[in-house]
Amino acid sequence: MAAMTFAQKVLSKASGKEVHPGDVVSANIDLAMSHENAALVLRSFKEIGAKEVWDPEKIVLLFDHRVPANTTKAAEGHQSVRKFVRAEGLPNFYDLREGICHQVLPEKGHVLPGMLIVGTDSHTTTYGALGAFSTGIGATEMAAVWATGELWMKVPSTFRFNLTGKLEDPVAAKDVILHLIGEMGADGCDYRCAEFIGPVVDAMSVSGRMTMCNMSMEMGAKAGVTFPDERTRDYLKGRTSRQWEPLLSDMDAEVEKEFDMDLTGLSPQVAYPHSVDNVKPVEEMAGVPVDQAVIGSCTNGRAEDLLAAERILHGRRIPDSVRLIVVPASREVYLWAADSGTLSSLVRSGAIVTNPGCGPCLGAHQGLLAPGERCIATTNRNFRGRMGSPESEVYLASPATVAASALKGQIADPREVL
Amino acid sequence: MKGKVWKYGDHVNTDVIIPGRYLDDYDVKNMARHAMEDLDPRFAKDVAYGDIIVAGRNFGCGSSREQAPLALKHAGVGAVVASSFARIFYRNAINIGLPVVEFNAADMFENGDVALINLEKGVLINETNGRTGKFVPLPDFLLEILREGGLVAHSAKRFR
Ligand code: SF4
Repeated sequence: MAAMTFAQKVLSKASGKEVHPGDVVSANIDLAMSHENAALVLRSFKEIGAKEVWDPEKIVLLFDHRVPANTTKAAEGHQSVRKFVRAEGLPNFYDLREGICHQVLPEKGHVLPGMLIVGTDSHTTTYGALGAFSTGIGATEMAAVWATGELWMKVPSTFRFNLTGKLEDPVAAKDVILHLIGEMGADGCDYRCAEFIGPVVDAMSVSGRMTMCNMSMEMGAKAGVTFPDERTRDYLKGRTSRQWEPLLSDMDAEVEKEFDMDLTGLSPQVAYPHSVDNVKPVEEMAGVPVDQAVIGSCTNGRAEDLLAAERILHGRRIPDSVRLIVVPASREVYLWAADSGTLSSLVRSGAIVTNPGCGPCLGAHQGLLAPGERCIATTNRNFRGRMGSPESEVYLASPATVAASALKGQIADPREVL
Repeated sequence: MKGKVWKYGDHVNTDVIIPGRYLDDYDVKNMARHAMEDLDPRFAKDVAYGDIIVAGRNFGCGSSREQAPLALKHAGVGAVVASSFARIFYRNAINIGLPVVEFNAADMFENGDVALINLEKGVLINETNGRTGKFVPLPDFLLEILREGGLVAHSAKRFR
């Protein structure tokens, strides 16, 4: 058989025939995720008129965007989904205590290499970190998936990023992906599958790979993927009892473009308002005052991220002029942070720690910005109005850079604070 | 399909099409009242049924919120013409029955011109200045989904 890319292999398996970039196929879905917007899916699902969902085992539902409910309407949304879950007897439902979907699904062992996963959330690309083909879809098409288990999909072509060199501490996965987005532009990877390979990726933890795949969608990628290795195996151990095989891209398969990037000497990166591809090295903007700093989200709310921030803040206190909000990505992370003393250390440094969830990332609650205010965050979007007032500004950076900036009350280079 | 043109630039994102602060309202008609509000406060007030958005690159980038095309559709928008679309917005639009045309029409139109679109033939006409453009029509089965009013109606056929 001819050499095939990862995307081709997964979609060939899912459609039962050999596929090529550009083909439009009907694909069988392995896993379907929705959060609060399941309430919207539900409506369309009822309109379709299917008697029951196609496979209760393959649907995962949870609440993370507005938890605990921040408005009566949000509470009503939660309520309608809970009723549906009970009526259908859906086994994979996590109510609002578990955390962010993109963290909880891998943690609970739902994600395995080689799967075809869709979710009603654009950062569903995160699961590519475990070698799954995983992409965001809308609520209406999710209803069709619930009813039929199938979805129309265009087979993407592939951009392969070979990342070489060595990152200098504390430069992290977030800096790498911000740099790539800056180079490619917000639509530079539109419709493509982004494969991340090379020594930089090999040296990354699964957590770092999640950061990369999560934000691959900010350059337009349909899916981002890093390929399974020993670290993947270790991560999945104890999380799933199911057997799995790595599904790898053939290195001699035809890809649309290959990028070789040597990342040695890369500085911490910051995305400036109001677009994610407006990226510059931190030293160019150091000194800009900030009112708020946020560490959390599906991009950077994991143990490794809280630890990176704690390392900077350890034993020091942030100025009263800065609000530092820390949101652990999941209950597992929250418990780890509590047990390890990381949380108490962060609180002593002046942090406000909230319950696991999306927190202020999407501008719904728990830390909105007033006109003229400036926030530096480990989240993934800095669009106008994303975190509150349209007159506010959001800067994106790594946990180390955000912690350093909180400490200084202005955008700061973590290398100078360590 | 015919309507007045609302012209916008590149990277019109889903947060300005329908800001996150309105997403807890599950009634699309309420949401439609806030469509484009952070980018163009006049839009929701003055848009008329059948009006056409003409934009640049990467229209609808950002979140997977289907409320974005829904808000536009319920505000009255008849079609969006853009030189490129963000992937999920493009899918969502088709699946909820809002026609999308991938075509660089920025130079053909001024704000307020009248546009005429033939989706099947792939023809775009500016009735105000007479200029015309040709685009590649959508594959038949996507046109069919649009004709049926979206993926819900399309999928429902299976269960009848
Ligand atoms: S943390 Fe932010 S980006 Fe991630 S799923 Fe929640 S709202 Fe979306």
